[in-house]
Amino acid sequence: MSSALINVPARAKRGEIIAIKTLISHLMETGFRYDSTGVLVPRNIITDFVCTYNGEEIFRAGFFPAIAANPFMIFYTVATESGTIVFQWAGDNGYSESASAKIVVE
Amino acid sequence: MNVQVSLSRWLALTASLMGVLVIANPTLSAEIASADRRSDYEFMRRDTQAMQDDDAANPGMLWVLEGETLWNARAGEANKSCADCHGDARVSMKGIASVYPSFDDKREKLVDLEARINICRTDHQNAKPLPFESKELLALMAYVARQSNGMPIKSNTDVRLKPHINAGQRMFYGRQGQLNLSCAQCHEDNWGKQLAGNKVPQGHPTGYPIYRLEWQNLGSLQRRLRTCLSGMRAQPYEYGSVELIELELYLMWRARGMTMDTPAVRP
Repeated sequence: MSSALINVPARAKRGEIIAIKTLISHLMETGFRYDSTGVLVPRNIITDFVCTYNGEEIFRAGFFPAIAANPFMIFYTVATESGTIVFQWAGDNGYSESASAKIVVE
Repeated sequence: MNVQVSLSRWLALTASLMGVLVIANPTLSAEIASADRRSDYEFMRRDTQAMQDDDAANPGMLWVLEGETLWNARAGEANKSCADCHGDARVSMKGIASVYPSFDDKREKLVDLEARINICRTDHQNAKPLPFESKELLALMAYVARQSNGMPIKSNTDVRLKPHINAGQRMFYGRQGQLNLSCAQCHEDNWGKQLAGNKVPQGHPTGYPIYRLEWQNLGSLQRRLRTCLSGMRAQPYEYGSVELIELELYLMWRARGMTMDTPAVRP
C-alpha cells in the first residue's frame, strides 16, 4: 500500500501561512473489536506523529483508538525559509513511516 | 355448499389473476425521470463532499496510488505487467470502466471490472486471480476506474447484454428477503428521505470502488449490493455470481449518461 499522501505548497511567500495536509494508510484497529470466532483483535494504531521543518519540530500529535482508519490531518505553519518538511508516524508493533516534501520560500 | 365452492373458486381465480397482473407489471415503482436523477454525491453532507473533492483528503486516492504501482509491476509466471500490454493507463484505460460490466467474447459471459482484471491475470500474466475485496484488486479497480473520472457512463449497446440487463431489472424491482423489500422501494420510491443518519440515495453506481466511511475501507459495488441485501434480510449472492453482476449491469444501464466520480467517498 502506498502509505502516505502529502500536500505541501511547492512555493510560498516568506511569512505566508500555509496549510499542510497528510493522509496515511493505516487500519487503526481499536483493540476493542472481536473477530468472527470471538477472539479479541489486538490493538494496532498509530500513536505518534511529528512534523519537522528544516529540523525544527513544528507540529506533534498523539493518536488514540477512536481515530478512524487512514487518518487525515490538516495543520498550518508559517513559511519561514526554503527547505524540507519531514513527516514521521510511529505506532503499535514497531510501526514506523516517514515522508518528506520540499518547499521554496521566496 | 355449491355457493361456497364457487366462491372459493372465484377467489382462487381472482388471486391468480392478480398474481398474473403483478408479474406482468412488476414496475409498480416508476423509473426516475432523467431530469430527476441525482448522483449519490448530492445526498451527502458538505463535509463528506469536501473530503471526496480534495485529492489530498480523499482516502480512496491511497488505493489509486497503489493501483498505479501495481499497474507497472510485473506479476505471474509470464513476468508481465499490465503496462507491458496496455501501456499508459491514463490513455488506454480512459473510459473503460464506464462500459463495464460487458460481454467477454472468449468466455461468452458477462464480466465486470474485477472479473476482467482477473481474466487478464490468469490468461496473460499466468498469475493467480486476486481475491475479491483484496487490497490489490481494489487498488487496480480504483486505478482503472479513476481514468474514467468525469466521463459519462455509457449505455453499452451490445445486444448480448440485453437479457442480462432485463434480469438485473427484474431483481431490482422484485421483492426479496424476510423484509419483503425491493431495491426500488428505497431507491425509487423513497430517495431523498432520511434513513438513520443519511439520506436514501437513488443508487447510481457512479464512483465505484468507493471509500465508505462506515467500512473505513475501499469496497466494490458487489460489496455494496451484498450489504444492501443483508440489510433487506435476504441471502446475499456470492461474490462473482452472475446475479450480482447482472444487478451491477442494470444499475450502470439505469445510470447511463451520469458522470463518473471514482474514487467516491460515501457515508
